[in-house]
Amino acid sequence: MTTIEAVRARLGASSQRYIPVLATLIVLVIMYGYGASQYEAFTVDAQVILNVFIDNAFLMVVAVGMTFVILTGGIDLSVGAVVALSTMLSAVMLQDLHWPAYVTVPAVLAVGSTLGFAMGAVIHYFDIQPFIVTLAGLFFARGLCYAISTDAIPITDPFWVWMGQTQLRVGTMHVSPSEIICLVLVLVAAFVLAYTRLGRNTYAIGGNQQSALLMGLPVARTRITVYTISGFCSALGGLLFSFYLPSGDSLHGIGMELDAIAAVVIGGTLLTGGSGYVLGTVLGVLVLGLIQTLIRFDGTLSSWWTRMVIAILLFAFIVLQRVIVWMRR
Amino acid sequence: MNAQLARWQPILRTAARHRLFWPAALLAVLLSGNILFTPHFAEIEVRDGHLYGTIVDIFRFGAPLIMVAIGMTLVIATRGIDLSVGAVVAICGALACLWVSKQPDQNSVGGVLVAVALALALALALGLWNGILVAGIGIQPIIATLILMVGGRGLAQLITDGQIITINSEPYELIGSGYLFTLPFNVLVAAAFAVATVALLRGTALGMLIESVGGNAEASRLAGIMSRRLTLMVYMFCALCAGVAGLMASSNVHAADGNNAGLFIELDAILAVVIGGTSLAGGRFSIGGTILGALLIQTLTTTIYTVGVPPETALLWKALVVTIVCLIQSPAFRARIAGVRRRPPPSAAPVEEQPKVGVPA
Repeated sequence: MTTIEAVRARLGASSQRYIPVLATLIVLVIMYGYGASQYEAFTVDAQVILNVFIDNAFLMVVAVGMTFVILTGGIDLSVGAVVALSTMLSAVMLQDLHWPAYVTVPAVLAVGSTLGFAMGAVIHYFDIQPFIVTLAGLFFARGLCYAISTDAIPITDPFWVWMGQTQLRVGTMHVSPSEIICLVLVLVAAFVLAYTRLGRNTYAIGGNQQSALLMGLPVARTRITVYTISGFCSALGGLLFSFYLPSGDSLHGIGMELDAIAAVVIGGTLLTGGSGYVLGTVLGVLVLGLIQTLIRFDGTLSSWWTRMVIAILLFAFIVLQRVIVWMRR
Repeated sequence: MNAQLARWQPILRTAARHRLFWPAALLAVLLSGNILFTPHFAEIEVRDGHLYGTIVDIFRFGAPLIMVAIGMTLVIATRGIDLSVGAVVAICGALACLWVSKQPDQNSVGGVLVAVALALALALALGLWNGILVAGIGIQPIIATLILMVGGRGLAQLITDGQIITINSEPYELIGSGYLFTLPFNVLVAAAFAVATVALLRGTALGMLIESVGGNAEASRLAGIMSRRLTLMVYMFCALCAGVAGLMASSNVHAADGNNAGLFIELDAILAVVIGGTSLAGGRFSIGGTILGALLIQTLTTTIYTVGVPPETALLWKALVVTIVCLIQSPAFRARIAGVRRRPPPSAAPVEEQPKVGVPA
């Protein structure tokens, strides 16, 4: 009797946890269904769907990093700027300094991670709100871009060109190397969050930082690590972005922090922290990508409708989050 | 010598402890650096009955930022944040310009007044939307206003149909670039708004009520304060301020640009508020400090232009200023610095007020 109740309670609690992700999945399916009913290409050519992945690989990588930060109850506004900085640094290192690709890639990743690490350290040790610190990070990274060069620098490095143009055949379809990098990162991130100590600590801090501290969890280390991960993901996102559009430009990734936050929220991660999944974020990015694809297929709608639809979806999902929180009480 | 020092020390120490000391000092350093190294910086002259000079320009270009920052101060005082002000600036400028451009005679005062009224009414409606999301549904402010921030620019584009609407209307241009009694009109408007706001908030209990909502919304509700209604009003006021700023911005360039009007102004406004000593955790605010912060940001921008540093690096300097001001204002940072300098015994360390943790919004 009691076990049945316990099981039922457990099931109820866990299914409730999945409601936001399920809702995202349903939205995705409805959007795909609408696309399939309107445009033949959606059903005939699976490449349309794969292209949503390919076109948004960088956003997905950035959003995965953002998921870690939001899970601890923080926020990282610097991601778009770090993406731009990474494209700029790659361009300068490859084109002006003539560094080989195998030096440039780690160097760019190191810069992004260091920025994230520094922001995390300031947030934790000086007790300044993540919002303000990462805002300063946004200004710093964008300013650094402009200080390096105000013009776009094209990248002609053979490795970059190879990464951007190679198409790996899978059956009748093709995927890009960026997509594989992105998928590997998603799997690693999902594993880390679900099965490692770092992941559990991340959820614990987001649930209640005070309790986490009292339980003896390494709050300082985890918080700083989380921002470092976000910095790393932004730098990697910047690299993927520069494979996709082979140039370094200070104007790359403007507003990407909003897209990333929107993807995480639509993916069902609670903004107060403590609850959410990498899978949800992946679905969130796909929803954003599919909106763009649908609006492009339609052809008559202007591009600003993308933002309007994203805003409406954001609203719907935030209200859904509130309803779930109310139902739990 | 020593006696004199001893006499000055307490005064200096009190001054240094004032929360506006560091921003004011930074502003003074910037201004004196400018006066020393830039010729004609401090000159103010009257030409054609209009006041001219670099310092006047700082006020003139800073007026929209001051407007937005005043509204933002109150929102932050209730422990909220409004990310949508930039979008509201764009939307209101777009609607006003659209209405004026549709008039048969763009110079008619009546048409311009209707345009202003329409734009401000729309601003209030947008503020009401934000307020309902925050106070009614209970969404975190940072996210609730993110919706309008993302969607708002689309709305502005929808109003202007994706075009940049240019207008040629003298009465409308008065708002952003005109002069009244030899003073820039927009500075007068901003000053009037600031004085009225301070009078309303500090002359009555309203300011304290807002602070109490920011300190603890639930406790103030139990104490009989209608915290929801207050929060709603504060978001509407913030949007109204942003709407006025939108009129100023669009009138200054004689055009409505849905993409670029008010871009990043929310960030500058938040910076101005933080520099001005208003706590992001809510519960206390200072309009005077905010205006000081906005002027500091505008002076920094002007300095960058006059010194001849590439203007694109302005963001880098802003990052530097934000970091310095935030670090100096952070109790944790001060405690650390003091600890390194003095190394007091651990038991004697003063018990700091428990800082609030997590995202402020």
